[in-house]
Amino acid sequence: MSAELDNLYQEIILDHYKNPHHKGLRDPFESEVHHVNPTCGDEVTLRVHLAEGVVQDVSYDSVGCSISQASASVLTDLVIGKPVDEAMSIHQTFLELMQGKGTVEPDEDVLEDGIAFAGVAKFPARVKCALLSWMAWKDATTQAQTEGVTP
Amino acid sequence: MEGLLPDLDVIRKDFPILERMLAGGQPLVYLDSANTSQKPQVVIDTMVDHLERHNANIARAMHQLGAESTEAYEGARDKVAGFLNAPSRNEVIFTKNATEALNLLARTIDLGPGDNVVITEMEHHSNIVSWQLACERSGAELRWFGLTDDGRLDLGNADQLVDEHTKVLAFTWVSNMLGTINPVTDLVARAKAVGALSVIDASQAAPQLTVDVQAVGCDFLVFTGHKVCGPTGIGVLWGREELLNELPPFHGGGEMIETVTMARSTYAKAPHRFEAGTPPIVEAIGLGCAVDYLGHIGLDAIHRHEQAITAYALEGLQSVPGMTVLGPLDAAGRGGAISFELDGVHPHDIAQVLDSRGVAVRAGHHCAKPAHARFGVQSTTRMSSYLYTTPAEIDALVEGLHHTRSYFKVG
Ligand SMILES: Cc1ncc(COP(=O)(O)O)c(C=O)c1O
Repeated sequence: MSAELDNLYQEIILDHYKNPHHKGLRDPFESEVHHVNPTCGDEVTLRVHLAEGVVQDVSYDSVGCSISQASASVLTDLVIGKPVDEAMSIHQTFLELMQGKGTVEPDEDVLEDGIAFAGVAKFPARVKCALLSWMAWKDATTQAQTEGVTP
Repeated sequence: MEGLLPDLDVIRKDFPILERMLAGGQPLVYLDSANTSQKPQVVIDTMVDHLERHNANIARAMHQLGAESTEAYEGARDKVAGFLNAPSRNEVIFTKNATEALNLLARTIDLGPGDNVVITEMEHHSNIVSWQLACERSGAELRWFGLTDDGRLDLGNADQLVDEHTKVLAFTWVSNMLGTINPVTDLVARAKAVGALSVIDASQAAPQLTVDVQAVGCDFLVFTGHKVCGPTGIGVLWGREELLNELPPFHGGGEMIETVTMARSTYAKAPHRFEAGTPPIVEAIGLGCAVDYLGHIGLDAIHRHEQAITAYALEGLQSVPGMTVLGPLDAAGRGGAISFELDGVHPHDIAQVLDSRGVAVRAGHHCAKPAHARFGVQSTTRMSSYLYTTPAEIDALVEGLHHTRSYFKVG
């Protein structure tokens, strides 16, 4: 029983939960979105700042469980400073890992601390928690790209 | 322990699922009965028997099976009428669940600009959103009772809220989040005094309190089958017969008519007026059996059991450091659902660790977001007991919570 549980709650996840990276809402930003997980009520408000095709900043404010909080923290580590295209491809890799029902072997070179979420994929009820901020980020990024830069 | 059902061991044997072993060889500790109750063998067998031996459509089949099926379905209506002490069997309408019963009322009760509907801040979403929609459609105003810090209805401004323009006063008998038991007869009297219709959501009351619609004196009352040991897919709307027959139909279709021409139709009287189409036949029969089962054990005995377990649980929970229970703290004034917060651990994570030990609880907002917002919390963990819950299961929960704290290294 606790092996499964330890697989879910990797040390890396608990570390990010206790000390989230890049947390808090910051200026400047081109788009801001608010996403909720309707079943449990977890919420995230997330902003993106893009410039010259690069993710300059991702800032967020959120309430939720350890999985959703840690995953927001890992997301920001992975995408800030990356070209938008590369960040989108990391997003896709993380999504595939989460939707793989535990059959996908995570690539540490791409996902870094994100590989700790491999165990979450075996808990269908928690996949939505892990994806909350990632879906918010994709939404915000798409909006920022289509709406162009607003002051 | 005083108050427990005397034959608890025997009662537990009625519920086959309680023997279930979960992953890792953990026995099931089911503390999520406010979400849905488990089903006794007799309900399962009755439904299987109907499907195996008596299945046919009701009312319209001119053969032996049709007669048997109709008799069983209408027999279930009699049982539910008895369970509610309804003056007439025609007042019992089968719906899909409590949500559909509430929506039926919110759709058919005539509202207009200048009218108001009064609800409370502790309602389940089904008794909020259905009235929000009705008010948006009709231009009526939606009002609500707030809550006190200890999780009771704040009746301080009742005279301003419920006034001569109030058309409907709709409220829950027992809160699914806070456990609070509301003063139903007092609220019904307030509605009556201004000529408003009273609507009681008894979804959490019917499993654990004697529900006597004549003693309460309300106009309408709803509950849902799956929380009273019955199956899913079946709920009940009870209403005073003359009121039901004044309401316009809800769904149009087969069995709800008197006669149909291409130009117009006339409608059957209650209950068929509100049972368009083929109803959930076997589910209704299962529900009839379930309320018989509860009646056999006795609602008073079940209520005493719930109070004893709830008092024991409240005491056990208080032994966990960082614990905050929401809602009334005395077991006498509350039902068997206890929502709580544990400092430093999110409800999702609590439920996950408990689940790994076989303890099933609910985490989230329990379809009562406004009540959570009232107490400044986004979500809670909820344990809920029922007639088959043992003190040992409460011990397993409390131990599990101590373990959760050490697992997440809090304190
Ligand atoms: C107080 C209350 N009202 C209404 C409902 C809705 O029941 P159902 O989902 O079966 O319609 C519930 C169940 O969750 C409840 O607890």
